[in-house]
Amino acid sequence: MRKVTRKQVLLQGSEACVKGALMAGCHFFAGYPITPASEIMEVMARELPKAGGVFIQMEDEIGSMGAVIGASLAGAKSMTATSGPGFSLMQENIGFAIMTEVPCVIVDVMRVGPSQGLPTQPSQGDVMQARWGTHGDHPTIALAPSSVHEFLELTVQAFNLSERYRTPVIVLVDEVVAHMREGVIVPAKGDIEVEERSQPTVPPEWYIPYGDPGTGVPPMPAFGEGYRYHVTGLCHDVQGYPTTRKDEAESLISRLFWKISKDLHRLQWLDSFYTEDALITVIAYGFVARAALPAVKEAREKGLKVGLVKLKVLWPFMSQTVTKVLEKSQKVLVPELNIGQISREVKRVNQGRCEVVTINKVDGTLITPREILKTLEEIHP
Amino acid sequence: MKETAELVHKYLRSTKKFPHIWCAGCGNGIFMQALIRAIDRVGYSKDEVVLVSGIGCSSRLPVYVDFNTVHTTHGRALTFATGIKLAKPRLKVITIMGDGDAIAIGGNHLIHAARRNVEIASFIINNQIYGMTGGQCSPTTPLGVKTTSCPYGNLEPNFDICRVVEAAGAAFVARSTVYHTRLLDRLIGKALKKKGFAMVEVVSQCVTYGGRYLGLDSPAEMMKWQKDNSIPVEKARELGEAELEGKIVTGVLVDRERPTYHEE
Ligand SMILES: Cc1ncc(C[n+]2csc(CCOP(=O)(O)OP(=O)(O)O)c2C)c(N)n1
Ligand code: SF4
Repeated sequence: MRKVTRKQVLLQGSEACVKGALMAGCHFFAGYPITPASEIMEVMARELPKAGGVFIQMEDEIGSMGAVIGASLAGAKSMTATSGPGFSLMQENIGFAIMTEVPCVIVDVMRVGPSQGLPTQPSQGDVMQARWGTHGDHPTIALAPSSVHEFLELTVQAFNLSERYRTPVIVLVDEVVAHMREGVIVPAKGDIEVEERSQPTVPPEWYIPYGDPGTGVPPMPAFGEGYRYHVTGLCHDVQGYPTTRKDEAESLISRLFWKISKDLHRLQWLDSFYTEDALITVIAYGFVARAALPAVKEAREKGLKVGLVKLKVLWPFMSQTVTKVLEKSQKVLVPELNIGQISREVKRVNQGRCEVVTINKVDGTLITPREILKTLEEIHP
Repeated sequence: MKETAELVHKYLRSTKKFPHIWCAGCGNGIFMQALIRAIDRVGYSKDEVVLVSGIGCSSRLPVYVDFNTVHTTHGRALTFATGIKLAKPRLKVITIMGDGDAIAIGGNHLIHAARRNVEIASFIINNQIYGMTGGQCSPTTPLGVKTTSCPYGNLEPNFDICRVVEAAGAAFVARSTVYHTRLLDRLIGKALKKKGFAMVEVVSQCVTYGGRYLGLDSPAEMMKWQKDNSIPVEKARELGEAELEGKIVTGVLVDRERPTYHEE
């Protein structure tokens, strides 16, 4: 039975994100103003101190990311929020957090780029930057909410995944979802599962800070708790000390990948609609998935066999889910507010199985249900 | 002063990291000893000390010592340190940066950390050159000096680190050289105990690149240069700008009470 503690409130996407963060136990926020992400920072500035946390406005996004990682090392669940230009500045330190396995959450409210682009217009142009923005081979986790409610929910999950896998988690949200207001059922405390980073069970002398306990994720005590260890962005051995030995470098980098890839089946988060007998499946995420649903419904009313799969996890790419879709459909349609970033992945997984059609926009306007419907009608066999 | 052997056993990490990466005669080791002595004298427990560094030869220091240690990204140590201190105020947070690290790539963070006055004891090892990358110009390389990145002589006037940090609002600003070890010990101790942002500029030598380009042959000559060119701040106050040209003014330059970020 559902608890009766739930109630609906009208929330802006940014407020929902902050609520989710607080629910997940966020204790530290560092940020720098940028449209269209400033609201998250402003709501944090107001709410976090009330919840006993620490808010700081840094001198730039490089500093925000540094402070977030520092706070996490000291034991605080930490996050920042930014948009394209700031996300670019954060990349080096995001790589540091991946390499040193420091949990943290980065919300990127996507606006049209490159460069200053269209600061107030929605986009999904940072999907590949989230994947490959920092240098070197590395795993990435990125989530994509499509509604205010999902923004709350996936912010909580972003913290959970970052703590579980000891890695930065990126929430990629388009400007519309961050700014729109919707009625949201705010889960009560205890209604939502909150994960904490695992702690060593051995005394400090036995603690191996970068050893693999079997899960690929070493326990992580906070600074100041008796477990003194070294943290470096250089390739390091299991003790955390710099190494140039090829076996040690190799096993570190492969563990960073493996700790997440071994759980790929747990990261297939999707909503699907009318997919059972669909000849054409729309694969969409973020606000575009919202536009796709009425288009698919209307197409069904017109007798077209079409369905929709909404991806909530963008990275690691949900290839298991997408493969199933590709096996069952004759065609897939991937509408995106970019020149084709997720469709590129779909095509990679597709290997010629079915026809991949795309709708792409980079002019700051949204893809409408009408446009999606029109394309569905055109390509329906 | 405690026996060195005792301090070595207590504070140096016993596993794997030695020999260290520094060249024989480099000033980094002298600073490391002084830092350990000061931490021991002030009496912090090893668990409460956090050492945060950037990238460079000097920034390799934390790996050798048995505290909570972070070797961050180039120029960003103070931002990590700020996060650590604010998230867990009971920790004693110390940063170690080179001159390039702290005032070229990290210059913006330095002035803002000083302005904010978060309680961090920061040490800038100023060897007037980029050591780790092979002897390029830094913002403290003297005018006219030839380096790998300014083969026709440095055209850029240099920063007075202490004056920058003072102007930005630091609660404590001091300078020593690695030649003046007793002074260095004292200044590190004061910086560690300061409530607020404290910065000590540690004039040091890069024997491998600095020596070659500054025209000084040996570590001993470089340290003699530090000795001959230093003037205690008390004496410097009586001298004019012209007389202080090219001199290293040592001692406590600023010691003031300002509300720290936490008290605000
Ligand atoms: C973002 C970035 N840019 C450049 C470098 C290369 N780099 C490594 S150390 C260093 C300079 C170090 O000089 P300094 O800070 O004076 O320290 P020292 O080595 O002299 O102690 C540079 C430029 C880097 N690691 N990261
Ligand atoms: S290159 Fe220079 S700064 Fe680096 S360890 Fe050698 S002497 Fe020291």
